[in-house]
Amino acid sequence: MVRDPALDTSPKVSDEIRSTTCYMCACRCGIDVHMKNGRIAYIEGNRDHPVNRGVLCAKGSAGIMQVTAPSRLRGPLRRKGPRGTGEFEEISWEEALRTAVDWLAPLRANHPERLAFFTGRDQSQSFTGYWAQGFGTPNYAAHGGFCSVNMAAAGIYTMGGAFWEFGQPDWDRTKLLMLFGVAEDHDSNPIKIGLGKLKARGAKVIAVNPIRTGYNAIADEWVGITPGTDGLLILALVHELLRAGKIDLEYLARYTNAPVLLDSDPDSPNHGLFLRDSKGRELVIDRRTGHAAPATAAGVEPDLSGVLPRAGVTHRPVFHLMAERYIGPEYSPEAAAGPTGVPAGRIRRIAAQLAEAAFDGEISIDRPWTDLRGVRHERMIGRPVSIHAMRGISAHSNGFQTCRALHLLQILLGAVETPGGFRFKPPYPKPSNAHPRPHCGVRPGQPLDGPHLGFVHGPEDLALRDDGSPARIDKAFSWENPMSAHGLMHMVIANAHAGDPYRIDTLFMYMANMAWNSSMNTPNVARMLTDRDSDGDYVIPRIIYSDAYASEMVAYADLVLPDTTYLERHDCISLLDRPISEADAASDAIRWPVVEPDRDVRCFQSVLCELGARLGLPGFVDRNGGAKYRDYADYITTHERRPGIGPLAGWRLDGDGATPEDGGAGRGRPNPGQLRRYIEHGGFWHRTVPPDAAFFKPWNAAYQDWAVETGLYDTPLPYLFQLYLEPMRRFQLAAAGHGHRQPPDELRERVGKTMDPLPIWYRPLLDSVADTSEYPVHALTQRPMAMYHSWGSQNAWLRQIHGRNPLYLPTAIWRRHGFTEGDWARVTSPSGQITVPVAHMAALNEHTVWTWNAIGKRKGAWALDSDATEANEGFILNHLIDELLPARRHGPRWANSDPVTGQAAWFDLRVRIERVDSGTPRHSEPSFPPVNSPVPRAPRDVGGKAKP
Amino acid sequence: MSEERPNHDGRWTDTAPGPAQRGSADVTDLPAFTERSLGLVIDLDTCVGCHACVVACKGWNTEHYGAPLADSDAYGANPVGSFLNRVHSFEVQPDGDAPARLVHFPKSCLHCEDAPCVTVCPTGASYKRSEDGIVLVNESDCIGCGLCAWACPYGAREMDLVEGVMKKCTLCVDRIYNENLPEEDREPACVRTCPTGARHFGDLSDPSSDVSKLVAERGGIELMPEQDTKPVNRYLPPRGKDGELDVLAPFLEPVAEEPKGFMAWLDSALERL
Repeated sequence: MVRDPALDTSPKVSDEIRSTTCYMCACRCGIDVHMKNGRIAYIEGNRDHPVNRGVLCAKGSAGIMQVTAPSRLRGPLRRKGPRGTGEFEEISWEEALRTAVDWLAPLRANHPERLAFFTGRDQSQSFTGYWAQGFGTPNYAAHGGFCSVNMAAAGIYTMGGAFWEFGQPDWDRTKLLMLFGVAEDHDSNPIKIGLGKLKARGAKVIAVNPIRTGYNAIADEWVGITPGTDGLLILALVHELLRAGKIDLEYLARYTNAPVLLDSDPDSPNHGLFLRDSKGRELVIDRRTGHAAPATAAGVEPDLSGVLPRAGVTHRPVFHLMAERYIGPEYSPEAAAGPTGVPAGRIRRIAAQLAEAAFDGEISIDRPWTDLRGVRHERMIGRPVSIHAMRGISAHSNGFQTCRALHLLQILLGAVETPGGFRFKPPYPKPSNAHPRPHCGVRPGQPLDGPHLGFVHGPEDLALRDDGSPARIDKAFSWENPMSAHGLMHMVIANAHAGDPYRIDTLFMYMANMAWNSSMNTPNVARMLTDRDSDGDYVIPRIIYSDAYASEMVAYADLVLPDTTYLERHDCISLLDRPISEADAASDAIRWPVVEPDRDVRCFQSVLCELGARLGLPGFVDRNGGAKYRDYADYITTHERRPGIGPLAGWRLDGDGATPEDGGAGRGRPNPGQLRRYIEHGGFWHRTVPPDAAFFKPWNAAYQDWAVETGLYDTPLPYLFQLYLEPMRRFQLAAAGHGHRQPPDELRERVGKTMDPLPIWYRPLLDSVADTSEYPVHALTQRPMAMYHSWGSQNAWLRQIHGRNPLYLPTAIWRRHGFTEGDWARVTSPSGQITVPVAHMAALNEHTVWTWNAIGKRKGAWALDSDATEANEGFILNHLIDELLPARRHGPRWANSDPVTGQAAWFDLRVRIERVDSGTPRHSEPSFPPVNSPVPRAPRDVGGKAKP
Repeated sequence: MSEERPNHDGRWTDTAPGPAQRGSADVTDLPAFTERSLGLVIDLDTCVGCHACVVACKGWNTEHYGAPLADSDAYGANPVGSFLNRVHSFEVQPDGDAPARLVHFPKSCLHCEDAPCVTVCPTGASYKRSEDGIVLVNESDCIGCGLCAWACPYGAREMDLVEGVMKKCTLCVDRIYNENLPEEDREPACVRTCPTGARHFGDLSDPSSDVSKLVAERGGIELMPEQDTKPVNRYLPPRGKDGELDVLAPFLEPVAEEPKGFMAWLDSALERL
């Protein structure tokens, strides 16, 4: 018998667990941080947390290497050398704050719009936007415009919520899940948990993506679609379902605007607008009477089919237009097969599977509920088809219409907010008209006249100056992209450099790596940031930047305000902002300093509180002119956006001044002990949606009442899904010459075509101006599951998993050019060229190449050694993507963005591939001169345990 | 290295040592019998290749059992750290017209019944526990000779270059019995963290255990059985994919070929509501 060595199988795990919220990506899971000897010893998922329920991804577990990363900035910096060289001197916080105030105070007094404040992957936008509004500049947005505004805007306009943060598949009931353009990131752990549930019970997954990795790799069926054609595939599915009558007519009649009557007189100035009564209510034909009635009035049974003549004009229901458009040959599977690369038979099979799951697999739950017309239903009928989509459909210039088409598909099946389908997460659903409209009213020394961002409902809501030119530096809410709900961060530097529509003085940015992976056209952006005018002054006079790490952008700042890491700070993940709710509960969460910073750095939001006070911004000074908030934690606790509603919904004081032990209902007075309560409760608050309110939320009286009680809105907001988007029709009418606010002539045709109120598909805009035979290959990037942009690329553990990023080539291209292992390729787009290492991949659309996003780094950044793979073989595709489309024969160049929302069209990229046959390059091209690192050289080895 | 590097011909992309010749001169004895056979069952139909298990393992085992899992040249050209678990990705090209597939394959020590890494150990540092079958390295006796890594046909052991000792999966022996952890957490770190639930832990010698049932239901397989190492861990193979389903054709029987016919269908369908 072998005697086993003595072994302690019950060692002490840690001294203490501190529960907070992860920020290794944007998904915000709950984490338990194990502390030993005052240091972080181990991070694992918080089992009680509604987002991740104990599990944690690779990034989350690697957070321990983030808080010790050598790239962490150490103190405020002032530029010493020329911009872009990274030569800085360390200064005190007092000096840094005084410098910022000296620059900003005169701007506020005279020209508030000359401050452009853009906050990147900021998740405190309700706070940073509030600050910018107080400052008075119209030039504020975060990164949504270059991320996924197409999806967010299309979802909110169509159905009052979108994917990811707005809603989720009903993972426990769905029988068929379709993924469209989902890489491996958003939202990270909930999707993986959900896929695990589907796999465990054998539910089917169909993945539509040119690249078969990650979630797509485990899908039961993979549809390797040609990029930019998802909208056509979706509308071909719609065509088939309509043709077969496999649609939920009751659902369409009751909960959508399909029965709403439209003015069908082509000569009318109201052509295509809804028929309304004197109170402005949209009208339908009531099947009980055959007469017109308000669509949502008590007891009305809307008719999908009837036609109403009135005052010599025929009024037809929206549904007639839908049938005409989608049953037509334009959207047949045969028409879609060529562009999408998906054979017609395959499209039919997918449509058949959708129909089978939705109708043959109908779910019925015995749970009575009452709808918006006061009609009681004994059961909840579900269509167990769910869909999730992300940037693959969003980041195209036809992305808004494609996302709309996808929602149309879901809604035709009756698979939104029904059991087994797609479910909203509180505070969604929320219709577009319950969101603010954009504001741009600038008055020197005064706050802006309202919130910057919002939803336009017609030309009157555009952010234009009196002369019709764009009021915002990013040209958001202008005729070039009217419905740009998140702004256009990717256009800010180019426009500021061009002085178009006007010059600015100070560019103030946070967490936005605009000099590298967050900009299109990276080499040119670097030039714009360093360009000087004839007097030798910088064209963009001043740049203030805040970041926690030595990112590429730091080198281009004049003043650097170093932020903390996520484990060293307070934060709130607020219902006012981008909350962490799941479909069955409203939730919010905090971060708190589980360790104190060991450097002279400050939480950026605390710095904004201080700057706000010194600048005298309304909302940031108290009655005596002193600072209203001690720091961000103080703001989180004491700020009230509306009476009883603050950044955090949990543990607010009730009418008697007591703290509700169960966390409370969301409303109440500020509680000085609120953060302590959150910490005691694992860092989050949540309030469960009652079972009778869990589905049909936009129309369910029980949900609407619960939402009001919880403070999500102040009065019930039931609404109909907008299959036909009337605001878009208003822009089309303007383009046809109606109304006083008119588009510039050069944009009339484009507005008329792209602002179609029913979903359409058109080829990506680049295809119409670039020679597609010269650039026959699509080029994409994907974010890996174990890395997230630049937030983790310097992480000592994660870079061992994703330290290299070859360009993956499909078999056809690999063979055609005679590539072999270890080869490099020259990749040329209409606007640039790169030389990069390649690798072969078979599970890939045959016209598509791709690489992992943002693995490539600039030498000198991120505290990586100059011979690190990321700074040599590593590369980014951004160098190939222009922020403008190629020149047209006449008129100015248009943005390389969606013409509806301004979403950056990253994935429209087309390239040509050539094999490099003269020796192996040593590094990718273009290569940039190294920047001086603002932090000391990294240690060679890392490791060891959390010792005192 | 565990790069996410799809490989077209189905070979693994790692550079782990290849299978060694099984020597006859066993130095360290294996137990004649283990009371239980604890191990992992990994579902290759569900694993999305996210590397969560890899990093959770790295974190726990840096802080716990034995020497930390250190990283050399951590921010340089050739970072080399020890990992007890890595995910390999490889492509499979099915016969016929079906598209190529990508399989994610997490790999760690399989806790073999006939573990050649134990018998080859010159100091007795490598051993297999008689109570639960876990194969461990007693680091105080390890001289870092590396023979065990060469003997392992799976490349599941890694020398820690900074600490100079052999590292391998411990099946989180310091978690699974740890009375300082809540009972629900007494499972390996990789299993606890796996977001898709693709990793399962239990006693594979007990036919009534959940893991044994799962293996039976899904046809769980041994890795490289021809090596005769009798691995305890099992893999659940990927299910069939990309099948054609013409049986669904009746679901799309057309009600109309053009919009006008559709309106007629609509009117009659509405009558029936």
